[in-house]
Amino acid sequence: MRKFIIKRIIMSIFILFFVAFIIYALLRCLPSSYVENMAQQLSMAPGAKSYEEWIAQLNAQYGLDKNIVMGFFTWLGDAVRGNFGDSWKFTVPVLQKFNDVIWVSFIMGAISLVLELVIAIPLGVIAATKQYSRADYAITAGALVGISLPTFFFATLLKLVFSVKLGWFDLYGLVGRDYAQLSAAGQFWDKAHHLVLPIVTLVIVSVGSLMRYTRTNMLEVLNSDYIRTARAKGLSERKVIYHHAFRNTLIPLVTIVGGSLPGLFSGALITETLYMIPGIGYTSYQAMVAGDIPFSMFYMTFLAILTLAGNLISDILYAVVDPRVRVA
Amino acid sequence: MSDMKDEKKPQQEEHYSLNDDRRVKVLSPGALVAKRFFRNRLAVLGMIMLLVMFVFSFVGGLVSPYGQDEQFYTYEDQNKEYAGVVRNNDFRYDSAEGQDFTSILQAQFMLAYGKMAPNAETADFAYKDIQYTITREGTDFYSISSNGTLLAIAYKDIVNSDEADLGFAVKYAALKAYTNHETDFNADGTDYTIDEDGTIQTGGRDVGYISRFVVSPVENGINLSRQFKEELDAAIEDDASEFKFTEDDGTEKTYEITYNASTQSWSILQATATYVYDQYAAPSKAHWLGTDVNGMDMLTRLMYGGRVSLVIGFIVVLIEAGIGVVLGGISGYCGGWVDNLIMRIVDIFYCIPSMPVIIILGAAMDAMRVDPQIRMIYLMLILGFLGWPSIARLVRGQILSLREQEFMTATEACGIRASRRIFRHLIPNVIPQLIVTCTMSLGSTIIMEATLSFLGLGVKFPFASWGNIISDVNDAFVMTHYWFIWIPAGICLLISVLGFNFVGDGLRDAFDPKMKR
Repeated sequence: MRKFIIKRIIMSIFILFFVAFIIYALLRCLPSSYVENMAQQLSMAPGAKSYEEWIAQLNAQYGLDKNIVMGFFTWLGDAVRGNFGDSWKFTVPVLQKFNDVIWVSFIMGAISLVLELVIAIPLGVIAATKQYSRADYAITAGALVGISLPTFFFATLLKLVFSVKLGWFDLYGLVGRDYAQLSAAGQFWDKAHHLVLPIVTLVIVSVGSLMRYTRTNMLEVLNSDYIRTARAKGLSERKVIYHHAFRNTLIPLVTIVGGSLPGLFSGALITETLYMIPGIGYTSYQAMVAGDIPFSMFYMTFLAILTLAGNLISDILYAVVDPRVRVA
Repeated sequence: MSDMKDEKKPQQEEHYSLNDDRRVKVLSPGALVAKRFFRNRLAVLGMIMLLVMFVFSFVGGLVSPYGQDEQFYTYEDQNKEYAGVVRNNDFRYDSAEGQDFTSILQAQFMLAYGKMAPNAETADFAYKDIQYTITREGTDFYSISSNGTLLAIAYKDIVNSDEADLGFAVKYAALKAYTNHETDFNADGTDYTIDEDGTIQTGGRDVGYISRFVVSPVENGINLSRQFKEELDAAIEDDASEFKFTEDDGTEKTYEITYNASTQSWSILQATATYVYDQYAAPSKAHWLGTDVNGMDMLTRLMYGGRVSLVIGFIVVLIEAGIGVVLGGISGYCGGWVDNLIMRIVDIFYCIPSMPVIIILGAAMDAMRVDPQIRMIYLMLILGFLGWPSIARLVRGQILSLREQEFMTATEACGIRASRRIFRHLIPNVIPQLIVTCTMSLGSTIIMEATLSFLGLGVKFPFASWGNIISDVNDAFVMTHYWFIWIPAGICLLISVLGFNFVGDGLRDAFDPKMKR
C-alpha cells in the first residue's frame, strides 16, 4: 500500500512538472498585453523614458527577457521555495491575494457539496429502487435538466426572479452597501445572505451528476447476486436496500466524493464571476483577462495540483474501502 | 428473452410446428438496441427535442425572410432640442437718446445697487466727480439720472418689439407701467395700453410685448414667431411640462419643456421623427421575437446562432473523438511502453485546467484582434484539443478488456490479419460506449462554447451564437426589461443540451444488455 502511494505521488510530481511547463510556455507565448499597456502608460508620463526603454526594463523586471526554458526554471525554483512572485494586477504577493480570497470559495464549495450530498444520495437511491417508476423518471429528468442548464443562464434567471422581481437578494457582490456599519453577527448574516444565490446555482447545476452516479451504482448493486440471495433469504425489502445494497453503493460514492474534496479549493469560476463574489475563481478570472502571468500561472498550477490530489485520494480511498482492489 | 418473441402472432402462423424457426422473430443486436431505445420515453423526448432544434437551426435559417445580420430601421420620435429659454436675471441697460451709459457706469450701478437697502427708493453713487442717482421705478426697474437728467434705465423684463424699435421713451414708459401693474401709459404723445401678459397695444394694434424670458432657437435659420414665444412664456409661467402650439399652417406640434436647474434655463424639446436602428423592438408580427441591440431580427439570429452552436459542438466532438480513438486505440492495442507514454500524455492533458486556458487564449485573441471567422476555427481546435484525453482513456480501457476476451483469441486463432482484427472486431465493440460518451460531450461542449461566448471570449459579432446572444444581459437594463432578448436563447440552449443528454442516457441504457426491461 505504501509503495503504491509513493509510486503514485512520484508519478504525480512528474506529471505536474510537465503540466506547469506547458502552462508556462503557453502564457509566455501570448502577447504580454499587460506589460505593453503598462509600458505605454509609464511612457506617457511627462519626462518619462521612451516606450522601448520601459518595455525592456519591465521585461527584465518580470523575468520576461529570458527564454522560455530558462524562465520556467527560474519560476520553478522560486515556486518550490513558496515564492510565486507578485501579482501584476493586484500588486500584492500572489500568495497573499490567494489567502485573502480562497476561504470564500472554500466555504461556498463546502456548503454546496454538503447540500449536494444531502439531496443527491437519497434521490438517487429512490430512483434506483423504483426503477422506471414515475419517481424515477422525474428524478432522472430533473438530474439531466440540472446537468444541461448552462450556469450563466440559470444564474441570470435566478437574478431576474429573486433579485429584480422579488428583491430578496442583491444582484452582485459578497457584502451589502452598509456592511461596514454592521455588528459582527450582522456582517456574518450579510455575507451569508449574499451567498444564497451562488450556492443555489452551484447546487442545482452540479447535483445532477452525483444523483445519476448514485442511481447507476445502486442499480448495479441491486442487480448483483448477493442482493438476490438476501431477498431469497426472506429479508425485508427495507433491510435489503438499506442494509445490504446501500452500503455497497457507498464504495464508489466515497471514492468520488473523496476525490472531489480538493476541488473545494478550486473555486467556481463562472458562478463567482457572475455574482462577483471575490473568491479565487472571480479573482483569477480578472487576473487572466488582464494577462497577469504570475497569478494565472499560480492558479493553473494550483488547479493541476488539486486535480492530481483528487485522483490520488480517490485511488487510495478505493483501495481502502474495497479490499479486493488492493492486490492489483 | 421476451423481446425476441413476436407477441401478436398472425393467424396463418398457427400452422407452423412448435420448433419451426419462423415462429420466432429474430432481431439483430442493432434492432434490439433500437427497440430498447424507443421504449425509453425520455430518450424519445430527447430525440424529438433535438429534431426540433435541428430543423429550427438549419431549415429555419433558409425559411426566415431575413438575413443573419440584416438590420432594421424605424422612425422613432426623438426629442431634439428646439429652443432654449432663459429667465433673464441680469440687468439690461438702455441709455436715453443722446446719452452714453458706458460699461464702467453699468458696473458702478451694480455696485451701488448691491448696497441699496431692500426698500430704498433711491441711491447715489459717484464716479469721476459726477454724482449719479438711482431711482426705483418699479419691480426690478431702475432709472439712473445725473443732476436731474435721465441717463439710462436698467431693467430685467425685456421689451420685445414687433416691428421697428419702439424707442427709448416708449420703452421707458411701458416698463414703468408694466412693473407697476398699470394698464395704460402715454409716451411721445401716443396712448398705449398694456395688459397683464405684457402685450403692448396702441389703437387696437399690437406693437410689442414685455417678458422676462429670453427665447432663442437652437438651430440657426429658425424664426420663432411672437405667438410661439408668448404661448411658451405662458406655459413656463404655469410650470407646464408640455406645450402645444398650432403653426400658421394649422399643424399642431407638441413640445416638451424641461427645466435645467444648474443653468436655470428651460429647454424646449421637439419630437421629430428620426431614422434609427430598430433597437430592442418588442415582439410583433414582423419580428416574432423582436429585435436586438443592433436592430437585427431576434428569431433569425437565434436560428443562425443555433447553427453555429451545433456545428461547433459537432466539429469539436469529432476532433476529440478522432484524436481520442486513434491514441486510445494504439495505446490499448500495443500496450507496453507505447501505452505507458500515451497514458502519461493523457494524464498531463487531463491535468491542464481547460477553462482557464481557454479564457486566457480567448483574452489573447481579443488582444490580437483575430478575425471572428478565424477565431471560430481556433475555438473549435482548442476545445477539441483539450477534450480528447477522456475519450482516449475510455477507448483504451475498453480495448484492454476486449483484447482479453475469447472472441479476440478466436480471431487470432483464425489467422485474421491485425488491421482487420482491429477495425472489424475490436472497434465495433468500442463504438457503443463511444457514441454514448460523444452524445453526452456534445451537450457539454455546447455549454462550454456558450459560456465562453457569454463571457465575450468565444464566438464574436457579427456571428451569432446562443451564448453571445445571452451575453446582452450583462447590461442589467436588458436583463430586466427585454426578456425576449435572452430567455429564448437560453431555452434553445437548454433544449438542445437536454436533448443530447436524454438521447445519450437512453443510448447508454439501450446499449447495455444488462438494463433489460
